[in-house]
Amino acid sequence: MGLPKIKIADLDTGAPWNNGHRTIDVAASGTTVLWDSSHHEHDAISTRTFGFWLYMLSDAMILAALFTAYAVLRHNYAGAPTAAQIVHPGYAFRETLLVFSSVFAFGLTMSALKQGSRAGVINGIVVSFLIGAAFLGMEFHEFSGLISQGITPERSGFLSAYYAMVLVHGLHMVFGLLWMAVMVVQIMRQGFTDNVVYRLLNLKIFWQFQAVIWVCVFTVVYL
Amino acid sequence: MLVHLQGPWTPLIGRLALNQIPYDNPVIVGAFIFSVAAAAVFAGGVTYTGRWEYLWRNWLTTVDHKKIGIMYILVGMVMLFRGFIDAAMIRTQQVMAVGPESAGHLGALHGYMPPYHFDQVYSAHGAIMLLFAVTPILVGLMNIIVPLQIGARDMAYPYLNAIGLWLTTVGAALVMLSLFLGDFSHAGWVGLTPLTELPYSPGVGVDYWIWAIQISSVGTTLGAINLIATIVKMRAPGMIWSRLPVFTWTAMATNIIGLTAFPVLAATLFLLTLDRYLGTHFFTAGMGGNIMLYTDLFWVWGHPEVYFLVLPAFGILSEIIPTFSEKPLFGYTAMVFASLIIAGASWMVWLHHFFTMGAGPLVNAYFSIATMLVGIPTGVKVFNWAFTMYRARMRFDTPMLWAVGALFLLLIGGLTGMMLAVPAIDFQVHNSVFVIAHFHSMVLLIAFAIMGAISYWFPKVFGFKLDERLGKRVFWYWVAGSIMVFVPMYTLGFMGMTRRLDYISHPSWLPLIALEEIGIGLYWVALYYQVKQIYVSVRDRRKYRAGPDAWWTTRSLEWMTHSPVPFYNFAVTPVVHARDEWAWRKEQGLTSLRPDRYQDIHMPKNTPVPLILGALSFALGFGLVWRIWWLSALSITAIVIALILRSFDSDTDYVIPAAEVERMERQGSGVSGTTDTGHFPAGHAAGKRRFRAARPQDQ
Repeated sequence: MGLPKIKIADLDTGAPWNNGHRTIDVAASGTTVLWDSSHHEHDAISTRTFGFWLYMLSDAMILAALFTAYAVLRHNYAGAPTAAQIVHPGYAFRETLLVFSSVFAFGLTMSALKQGSRAGVINGIVVSFLIGAAFLGMEFHEFSGLISQGITPERSGFLSAYYAMVLVHGLHMVFGLLWMAVMVVQIMRQGFTDNVVYRLLNLKIFWQFQAVIWVCVFTVVYL
Repeated sequence: MLVHLQGPWTPLIGRLALNQIPYDNPVIVGAFIFSVAAAAVFAGGVTYTGRWEYLWRNWLTTVDHKKIGIMYILVGMVMLFRGFIDAAMIRTQQVMAVGPESAGHLGALHGYMPPYHFDQVYSAHGAIMLLFAVTPILVGLMNIIVPLQIGARDMAYPYLNAIGLWLTTVGAALVMLSLFLGDFSHAGWVGLTPLTELPYSPGVGVDYWIWAIQISSVGTTLGAINLIATIVKMRAPGMIWSRLPVFTWTAMATNIIGLTAFPVLAATLFLLTLDRYLGTHFFTAGMGGNIMLYTDLFWVWGHPEVYFLVLPAFGILSEIIPTFSEKPLFGYTAMVFASLIIAGASWMVWLHHFFTMGAGPLVNAYFSIATMLVGIPTGVKVFNWAFTMYRARMRFDTPMLWAVGALFLLLIGGLTGMMLAVPAIDFQVHNSVFVIAHFHSMVLLIAFAIMGAISYWFPKVFGFKLDERLGKRVFWYWVAGSIMVFVPMYTLGFMGMTRRLDYISHPSWLPLIALEEIGIGLYWVALYYQVKQIYVSVRDRRKYRAGPDAWWTTRSLEWMTHSPVPFYNFAVTPVVHARDEWAWRKEQGLTSLRPDRYQDIHMPKNTPVPLILGALSFALGFGLVWRIWWLSALSITAIVIALILRSFDSDTDYVIPAAEVERMERQGSGVSGTTDTGHFPAGHAAGKRRFRAARPQDQ
C-alpha cells in the first residue's frame, strides 16, 4: 500500500501525562507486582466527607434554581404587597447574627472534637442548636405575622418566590437541628467512632453552608 | 393554604374513588390482565421453586453493586417494553385516524383512542423511555462495570446504592400504577405550562408524573454522588487518571452532569408542586407567574439530561470498538477531554429547545453557536472511533454490530441536530415530527449502545454468552425497523406534520405513516427474537460458557476476574501498570489470575433498610398523588425515623478470612487459576490466520 505506516500506539504515548504503556511496577526482587498484597483500607472518613461535598454541590444547585426563580419573579407583585412593604432588613440582620453565632459555636465544637473532648463537643452542639432554634423562632414569628395580615404566598408570583426562598432555607435549618440532636445521642452512646466523626465533619459542612446561603438570601431578598 | 379541589375528597382516602379505576377501557383492562398475569407467573414461579428466601437474601436486601446493577437493568427493561407498547399504540392510532372518513372505535371519533387518552400515551412514552428505561439501564451498566474497571470491591457507598435502586423502582411503579388507578399526565413528558397547572389539569395525572419523576430523580442524584466518589476514591493501586478506561471516564463526566442537573429538575418540580398543592404562582398564567420560567428551568435540566444519557453510550462504544478492532482506542486523551467538554457544554445550549420563544436574535445566535460547538468534541469522538477501526482486524460479533450501527445513527442524528441548531431552519420545523425523528435518532443510538453493552458484558456478569446468531437477527430487525419508522418520519416533518397528532387531516400522508407502522412490526419481530435469544441462551448456557476473557481481545480490568464475577470482584486487588491493563498483561504473558497469597476481604453486609425506605417512599408518593395527608405525613416521618435508626447501626460490615477466599477461588467455577490465557481458541485462531492472509496490508 502507498500509505505510510502509522504506529497509532506511538502517537498516543506522546502525550505528556500518558505514561500508560511505559511504567512498570517492579518489586525489590525484580519481578512485576501484579496483585496488591499490602493490606490497605480505604480511608472511610475521607470517602464520606468527599461524598458529602458532592451532596452539598447538588443542594447548591437546588438553591441556585430557587434564586433564579426569585430573580425572575421578584417584581411580579400582581397587586399584592411589594417587597419593600413586607421585608424588614433590621429584623433580618438580627437573624443573620444568630446564624453566624450558631456557626461560630459549631466551629468551637470542632475545636473540641480535635482535642477529643466529649463534653466540649456536646456543649458546643447544644449551644449551636439553641441559637439555630432561636433563628427559626424569629423566622416563624416573621411568617406568622405575614400570614395573619393575609399576606399569603398564593397572592402573587413575588410572594410565592419569597416564601419558597426563605422557607426552603428554613427547612434546611430544621434538618440541621434534627441532625444535631441525633449526633448528641450518638456521641453519648458511641463516643468518637469513625462514623460519629465523619458525621460531625459533614454536619459542619452542612451548617456552614446554611450560613452561606443565608448571606445570599439576606442580600438578594432582604436588602 | 391548600388549594380547593374539583371533585370529591375525604380525609381518609383523599381523592381515591371507585370511578378512578378505568375498568370501562378495554385497552387498559387488557394491559391490567397482562400485568397481573405476569406478576402471578413470577410469584407462582418463585413460590413453586421455593425461592422467596433466596430472593430476599440474595437480591432484595443486597448491597452488591453487580446485583443492584442487574436489578436496575431489569427495571429498565420492563419499562422499555412498556414504552415500546406506548410507541406502538401511538403509531397505530395515527395510521388508523387519517382523514375524515377514518372509522372510530372504543369511544374515539377517529382511530381507537380519544385525544385525552392519546395525550397520556405519548406523555408516558417520553417520560418512561428517557427516565425509567434508558436512565436505569445506563445507571445499572455503570453500577456493574465501573467498580470492576477500576479494580474496586464495591461502590463507595453500597447502602446508598441500594437506596438509589429502590427509589428509581418506586418512580417506575408509580408510572405503572397510574395506568390502572387514575390517569397519567396528558401534558407531554416535558410538562407544558400552564397546562400542568391545576385549573387545566385538575386530575391526578400530572401529580403522578411529578412524584414519579421527583422520587426517581432523588435516586439518580444519589447514584451520581456514589459513582463519582467511587471513581475518585476507590481506584486500585496504579489506576492513575491517565489509565482510567474510557467508559469509566464517561461515567465520571455523565455523573457530574447528573449531580448538577437533577437538583434543578427537583427544584422545578417542587415549585410546580407548590403551584398545584398550595396555589402559589410560579408558573401560572397571570397573578405574577411566569410560564417561560418553567420552560427555561426544565430545559436547564433537560438538555444536560440528554447528555447524561449519551455519554455512557459513547463510553460503551469506546469499549466495544477497540475489542473487536483488536487494537487500542485511537486518541485516548482526546476522547477523555471530549467527554468532559461535552459534559460542560451540556449546560450552555438549553435554549435551543425553544428558539421560537422570541428571546431575540442575540440570545438565539448565542445558543445556536453554542449548540454547533457541541459538534466539535462529538466529531472528535466519531473520528477517533473511525481511526480505531481504520486498518484494524475487525470482527463483527453482535456487540460490534450494535456499535457500528450506533455510529450511523449518531451521524444521522448529529447532522440533523446541526440543521436544527440554525434558528432559521428551526423556525420552519419546530414542533414538527422532523424534530421527533432527530431526537429519536439520538436516543436510538443510545439504545443501540445499550444493546451492544448487554451482549458485550453479559458473559462477564452471567458466565455465558448470548446466542450470536439470534443476536444478529435482533440487530438487523432493529435496523430495518428504525429505518422504516424514522426515514418516513423525517420526510413527514419536512412535509409539515406536527408532533402529537391524534388525528391526521392529510390523507396524502397515509402511505408514509403506513410505512412507519410496518417499521413497528419489524420492531415486534426483533422483540420476538430478543426473547428467543435469551431463552435459548439460558437453556443452552453450558454450550455458551465463557471464560474470564469472553471475547479474547478485551483490554480492561473487568476481564481480569472470573465470569461470572465473584461477589468480592477480585480475590486480591490488582496492581495496574498500563492503560489497558489486561491487554498489557496478555502482551507480557502475565495472564495468571492466581495471586501469590490471599488476604482478608472487607465486605458490606446485606440490609433490608433500602427496600423499606423504597416501600415508604412509594407510600409517600401514593399519598401525595391522591392527597391522603395522613399517609404522606406518616410515611415521611417513618422515612426520617428509619434513616436515623440505621445511623445507629455500626455493625454494617464483615470480613471474609483469607483462607476462605482461597477456598472459594480454588473450588470456584473451575475457571480459577491459569485457565484462560487470553488467546483465541484453536478454530478461531485458524480463521484469523486465513483472514490475515487475505489482507496483505495487515502484515
